[in-house]
Amino acid sequence: MKRTIPLLITGLAGIVLVLSYFFPFSEGWGEEAAIWFDVLASVAFVLGGGNLLKIHLQKVSDRRAGWGYSVITLLAFAITLVVGLSKWGVHPSEQFPAYAWSGSYREIGSPFWWLYEYAFKPLTATMFAMLAFYVASAAFRAFRAKNTEAILLLGTAFIILLGRTAAGPALTSWLPDSLAGLKIENLTVTIMKVANTAGNRAIMIGIALGIASTSLKVLLGVDRSHLGGGEG
Amino acid sequence: MNRNTIRWTVILLLGAVLLLANALLRGAGSSYVRSVPMEFVNVGSAEAPHWVDVASDEALDYDLEAVPATDRIGWERLNRVTPGEYFAARAKNPEQTEIRFSWAHTLGTWAAALFTLFIMSFLYRDNPFYKIAEAVVVGVSAAYWMVVGFWDVVVPNLLAKVAPDLVRSWAMPGLSGGPDYAYIIPLILGVMLLMRLSPVGAWISRWPLAFIIGSTAGIRLVGFIHADFLSQIRNSIIPLVVAAPDGGGFLFWDSVKNIVLVIGVLCALVYFFFSIEHTGVVGKTAKVGIWFLMVTFGAAFGYTVMGRIALLAIRLEFLFDNWLWLIDPKGERAVATIHAMVHPLMAWVGLG
Repeated sequence: MKRTIPLLITGLAGIVLVLSYFFPFSEGWGEEAAIWFDVLASVAFVLGGGNLLKIHLQKVSDRRAGWGYSVITLLAFAITLVVGLSKWGVHPSEQFPAYAWSGSYREIGSPFWWLYEYAFKPLTATMFAMLAFYVASAAFRAFRAKNTEAILLLGTAFIILLGRTAAGPALTSWLPDSLAGLKIENLTVTIMKVANTAGNRAIMIGIALGIASTSLKVLLGVDRSHLGGGEG
Repeated sequence: MNRNTIRWTVILLLGAVLLLANALLRGAGSSYVRSVPMEFVNVGSAEAPHWVDVASDEALDYDLEAVPATDRIGWERLNRVTPGEYFAARAKNPEQTEIRFSWAHTLGTWAAALFTLFIMSFLYRDNPFYKIAEAVVVGVSAAYWMVVGFWDVVVPNLLAKVAPDLVRSWAMPGLSGGPDYAYIIPLILGVMLLMRLSPVGAWISRWPLAFIIGSTAGIRLVGFIHADFLSQIRNSIIPLVVAAPDGGGFLFWDSVKNIVLVIGVLCALVYFFFSIEHTGVVGKTAKVGIWFLMVTFGAAFGYTVMGRIALLAIRLEFLFDNWLWLIDPKGERAVATIHAMVHPLMAWVGLG
């Protein structure tokens, strides 16, 4: 009951969607399933939020090390959730001014927009930007041009980086037109269009085959890892 | 307090004093807004209301003076403007209130700048400022995606299908169509998914999870075979000798590029084929495949580094431009300052 029915649901949902591609009357089923999937994914966010609350409230209640930061997390979570769900400070839409809730929850100037623009965006953007330092540092320590493969990787990265800056084209601007293909900006384009495309195609074909075989294993019940452990 | 702590405390205090001086003396980090009054009047009846924007052309067709106050709705929209626009407006008329200082945006700019610095402080080492920023980002992002999921998916794709009248009277007045009771199934599955948080009956959440996994597998199976597998093979079947468009001869370099592309794809695929031992001809072909893959990884690495550096540049530009007002790449303040200085002078000589 606890494992057989989920297995049946998995197989049935997947096989029906695969077969729906082959019949005209079921063409829209895939799109419909995608909407259902989106709905369940949104509910999964609630699950994530609930889990976050559970973990941090537990930490605060136990006065574990760093519980003060959990209080900040909980406050940030609660404030964002309340102002977002209540559309606090959002004006009605111009098409329906009599409906107080008709405005967009992302309205510019609203508290929810403020939290996105002045907290969420700078924090996440800076976190990603910081990776520039760590990538450079890791590359400096790990990259050594000790064989052909490493030379190719380093050389390509160097040309691509140079080609996307103002310095790159300036460095090779003296080359005559007969050698225009060797100018950094043109070399970058050729690498991207030929060698990079070839490698990417092989990777994409590999990924597609991998996904197809994994999907088949899941649908046929060979792979049951998604059901987790526990009694059957 | 050890020496190191004292040194850092002094540096931080000095920095705070400089920031404060910069803000108070130069107005750095200040933001300004333009007030736009929005007013709508009901020119219809209570049963069949028809709301008209007083600023629209349609409003000219009605006698708006006769509309009672109960049939009027209005609010103030605040659009952000550059400091230059504020300076120019103030230079023109010091008494104007249309463009004014905004506490919300100014505090926002300061909060964003401090959050940026808090995250950057991790470059020194893990510290309480970084941990505060980390705690905020966890809380805000979890709630942000919940709110987005609710208003962008749950309301229009679930509630609007199950109870359209309720949603129409509340958040989506323009919604058309009747109920679609098939959406009760994802509603039930959603409730079952939430059982995961329950101490008993957590196994119930396996059912919606099974649906998610099954439908994803079904959609991806066909989708990837169709869009990635077949289309990549189709795009790789290209002429090895590219004919010139005018019909005379062939294009040498285009042909070379196509040949290299096809050889690259085949060699890289041979590398991924692990059913045969990579020795002899197969081994050599796989070796060439690795070379192509290395070029691909090098390009991906280059682009990743470029992306991160671009993001860093945007953050630094925000700090030095929007917050500290030390640079002005868009000429938002310098031009305005000149205008603010020149305009009264021109007015004085009768040219303004």
